[in-house]
Amino acid sequence: MNTVLHIDGLTAHYGDFQALFGVNLTLDEGQTLAIIGANGAGKTTLMRAITGVAKVTAGTVSLANDDITRLPAPDILTRGIAMVPEGRRLFPSLTVEENLLIGAHARSGNGYWTLDRVQQMFPVLRERRHSAGTALSGGQQQMVAIGRALMSNPRVLLCDELSLGLAPVVIKEIYAAFPQIRESGTSIIVVEQDIGQAMRVADHVHCMMEGRITLSGRPADLTREAIHDAYFGVSHA
Amino acid sequence: MILIDTLAQGLLLGGLYALFAAGLSLVFGIMRLVNLAHGDLIILAAYLILTIVTVTGLHPFLAVLLAAPVMFAVGWLLQTHLLNRVLGTDILPPLLVTFGLSVVIQNSLLVGYTADSRKLAAGTIESQAMHLGPVTLGVMPVLTFASAVAVIFALNQLFYRTALGRAFRATSDDTVTAQLMGIQPQRVFAIATGIALVVATIAALFLGTRANFDPSIGPARLLYAFEAVIIGGLGSLWGTLAGGIVIGLAQAIGASINPEWQILSGHIAFVLVLLIRPRGLFPRAND
Repeated sequence: MNTVLHIDGLTAHYGDFQALFGVNLTLDEGQTLAIIGANGAGKTTLMRAITGVAKVTAGTVSLANDDITRLPAPDILTRGIAMVPEGRRLFPSLTVEENLLIGAHARSGNGYWTLDRVQQMFPVLRERRHSAGTALSGGQQQMVAIGRALMSNPRVLLCDELSLGLAPVVIKEIYAAFPQIRESGTSIIVVEQDIGQAMRVADHVHCMMEGRITLSGRPADLTREAIHDAYFGVSHA
Repeated sequence: MILIDTLAQGLLLGGLYALFAAGLSLVFGIMRLVNLAHGDLIILAAYLILTIVTVTGLHPFLAVLLAAPVMFAVGWLLQTHLLNRVLGTDILPPLLVTFGLSVVIQNSLLVGYTADSRKLAAGTIESQAMHLGPVTLGVMPVLTFASAVAVIFALNQLFYRTALGRAFRATSDDTVTAQLMGIQPQRVFAIATGIALVVATIAALFLGTRANFDPSIGPARLLYAFEAVIIGGLGSLWGTLAGGIVIGLAQAIGASINPEWQILSGHIAFVLVLLIRPRGLFPRAND
């Protein structure tokens, strides 16, 4: 299987504070990878470092063997990495449809994802296409944010805390879209605090704590105890 | 009858102020930049049109077609080489830089063109008038007002009907997330300033054909523009037109009572609107 994203020894700082300590990660084509960890573990920083929003101080990020470390955020998007940011971050001045269209701003050429396909996947986004993006419910906003990211036809989709603040039934509805996203050929990294959800959706799980990956494995191979230890940093006696 | 005439003249004068203000409003709406050199850039554009007229012998209305792309380029270069470097979370550096730019433009124009008053000669159209019932309107003021409405309409279409307009609004909402969409904010800002200076060139055409200008009058035009933008509500383009009209009407009414009160009346109207509606007549919901 081809590697689509390879991260080697990634280190990031916020001023003097070191947020990532030599993180290594590999994402294969068509794979879904979950990153779990408590608040402040460095999950979001890792996403921000990959997409060029947070400053990388050491290490490399390669997309299909191209070194994309330290490229500006817009260039990383055009190379094929799109992000669903934590908290959705829809544009309040734009309607639902405009929020989706802006996702295709830098896109050149055709691809699987079109406005029509996104609206078929989440029909409510067609019904409410003229509403302000921020007038929707949290779950619907999350659908807009996912659709917006897909509109660039990314090779890699990063989803930061999709289920944060959403009701379980809404979370289920959102994750129901994942098979179609995978079939479109997009590889996915999800950042989740909901461990159960991460285990269900991912082929491979990494657990982070204090800026490091402390545990990796396939969901079937990870025991509750091992995850508990890696998540909280305490030995399970 | 005199009142109707006064109101009509005030309304049309408001069009000129709206033209002064539209570029300022656009730039503020997109990048939260208050360009203190905006008035001087209008005067710079007026001298550019004058130079083209002098060199080529073209009518000012044709010369403006040559001046507009030059001013777009000036705006683009100004943004990419100067203003983008100082835009950030702190609003003070861009204020100081545009203030400095204002001084530089004024003094450069003084050196290049002296302090003499100049005017763009538009020919017989300057003195032509049309009669609408009891009201007599000058063709130039009507043309100015029509241009203001057309400019604001065009900017609104650009803002709300095009992909570029979407990028403008997205960047204005959230610069970081806009970059995650592949938008390059610095490029978006450069285009916006370019467009603002094209609008400034149109304003310069009407300023220069209607009245005398010299290198020192930019800051006063900035003041009218600024008041129009604030009365209308920051970032609202139709609001800016309304703001220009409020000042124009106030000045016309003030002047009809006592000619000395013309300028003062505009400023008083500005203060009154601010007292009653501190966020302007049409504030944007998410500011």
